[in-house]
Amino acid sequence: MRISRFDSRRISQRTAFTFLALAAVISITPVIFIIIYTITKGAGAITWDFITQFPSQAGKAGGILPAIIGTFYLMFGTLLFSLPVGVLAGIYLTEYARDNWLTRLINLAIVNLAGVPSIVFGLFGLSVFVLAFHFGLSLLAASLTLAAQALAMVITTSREAILAVPREYREGSLAIGVTRWQTVRNIVLPQAMPGIITGAVLAISRAAGETAPILVVGAAFLLPGLPHSPLDQFMALPYHLYTVAAHVPNMPETTMWGVALVLLIVVLSFDVLAAAIRIKTRQRKT
Amino acid sequence: MDINITLPENNTRPAEKCVTKLMVEQINLYYGDFQALRDITLDIPSCSITAIIGPSGCGKSSLLRLFNRMNDLIHGARVEGNIELDGIPVYDSKIDVVELRKRVGMVFQKPNPFPMSVFENVAYGPRRHGIKNRGKLAEIVEQSLHQAALWDEVKDKLGQSGLALSGGQQQRLCIARVLAVEPEVILMDEPCSALDPVATLRIEDLMRSLAEDYTIIIVTHNMQQAARVSDTAAFMMMEPDRAGVLVEYGPTAQLFTNPRDKRTEDYITGRFG
Repeated sequence: MRISRFDSRRISQRTAFTFLALAAVISITPVIFIIIYTITKGAGAITWDFITQFPSQAGKAGGILPAIIGTFYLMFGTLLFSLPVGVLAGIYLTEYARDNWLTRLINLAIVNLAGVPSIVFGLFGLSVFVLAFHFGLSLLAASLTLAAQALAMVITTSREAILAVPREYREGSLAIGVTRWQTVRNIVLPQAMPGIITGAVLAISRAAGETAPILVVGAAFLLPGLPHSPLDQFMALPYHLYTVAAHVPNMPETTMWGVALVLLIVVLSFDVLAAAIRIKTRQRKT
Repeated sequence: MDINITLPENNTRPAEKCVTKLMVEQINLYYGDFQALRDITLDIPSCSITAIIGPSGCGKSSLLRLFNRMNDLIHGARVEGNIELDGIPVYDSKIDVVELRKRVGMVFQKPNPFPMSVFENVAYGPRRHGIKNRGKLAEIVEQSLHQAALWDEVKDKLGQSGLALSGGQQQRLCIARVLAVEPEVILMDEPCSALDPVATLRIEDLMRSLAEDYTIIIVTHNMQQAARVSDTAAFMMMEPDRAGVLVEYGPTAQLFTNPRDKRTEDYITGRFG
C-alpha cells in the first residue's frame, strides 16, 4: 500500500519534471534554430570583400561596410547619450529620492517607457530631434532617439546594480563623517559599475538591432560614403536588411542572409560580452 | 533620574578629566506612528565605557544611532527632545551632520570592511576628509592599526583585501577605520555578536585600552560583556506598547550587584529576556 502510493507520487513528480524540461527545451529552440539557419543560409556570403566593400547594384553585389560602420556609430552614440543620464538617474532614484509622488511618477514613467513601441520612439525622434532641434535626418538624431529608448533599460539595470551594493558599506562610510556623494562616488559606484556596464552593453546591443526608430530619423539605404559628421545620414545593418529583403527585386538569398548573419554576430557578441563581464565579477566577489 | 557616577576602582584615569560628553534629555523617537523610545534621559561621561543593555527590540540600537544621527537615514524617523555633545545640540538644524559623524564614529554589528585593501580601508576616511599626502596617510594608517591592536597581524599584507581577514580582524580593521578620522566618541553596536569568544576578548581588551582616550558607548545583549568592559551601564526595556524606556542607569558594579529596580534584577538574574 505505502509503496504504491509512494510510486504514484514519484510518477507524478517525474511527469512534472518531464513537462518542465520540455518547456525549457522548447523555449530555446527558436533561438538555436534561428542561429543555425542564419549561419547555413548566410555563411556563403561572408567574404573579406563583403565586410570591407561598399555595396553596388542596389545591395545585390559588393559589401556592407557602411552599414556595419553605421551600426557601430549608432551604438556608440546611444551609449554616449543614455549611459550618463541613465546612471545619474539611477543614482538619484536609489540614493537621494524620497519615496513621494514625484518619485513614484518617475518610476511609473520608466516602466512605461520600456513598453512604448519602438516606432513611436521613431516618430518622437522625428518630431523632436530631427525637426524641432533642427538636427535633420542624421546620426545625431538617430543616436538620441535610440538613447531615449535605451534609457529605460539603463536606468533599471543601474538602479538594480546600485541597490545590490550592501547597505553596510554605505553605513560604514557615512558613520565616519563621509558625505553621501563621496560615499556614492567612492564606495557605491565602483561596486555597482560591472552591473551598470552589463546593462548598458545589453541596451546598446538591443539598440543595434532596432529598425523601426531609425527608419524615420536618418537611416539611408545607399550612401556614396561614410558619414563625416554626426549631422550626416548613415546606413545601418537592420535597416539595410529590411530594405534588401523587402524592396530590392531579385535579391540573392545568400546576400540577404549574409547581412542577417553579420547583424546577428554584432548583436550576439555584445550579449556575450555582457555575460562575460557578469561572470567575471561574480567570480571575483566569491 | 539623578545619578552619581563613580568609576570602578581599577580606573587609573584622573576623575576630573571625566565630564559629561553626551547629555540626553527627554528623548522620544518615532518611526512613523510607532514610538521606539520614550522619555530617555541620561548623561554619558567622557573617557569611559558606557554599556546599553536590555532585551531584543528594546531600542538599544535606536538610542545609539541617535548619537551620530544615523537614524536620519531612516525614512519617517522623528526625534523629540535634546541631545548635546559637549554642550552643542546634536539635533539643531544648523549642525553639520557630516562633521558630527566625524566626531562620533560608529562600529557595526557585522564587520563591514570595504571591498578594498587593508591600507585603503583605513586611509578611506582621512582621504575623504582631504588628506592627500601619501606619507601622512601611511602614518595615520600605521598608527590607527596599532591603536586597533591589528598592526602586527596585517603589517605585511596592507595591500591585501580587507575581506580576506578573519572576522575578528575585520572588526578591528573597522575600528581602525573609525580611529583614523580621530573621533571623540565611538559608538559600538553589538560589535562582538558575529565573533567567536577569543576574538570577542581581543575586542574587549581593545575597548579597555581605547577608553583612556575615547568615550565609548557599546550596545550589547551579552551581560557578561557589559559587566566586564563597562564603567557605566544603562538597562532598557520595552513597554507594553513596544516603546523602549530606560529602566536603570548607574555604575556597572552597582547595576549588576545591587540593582535598584526589580526589573533590572529580574533581567540580570536571567528571569526573562
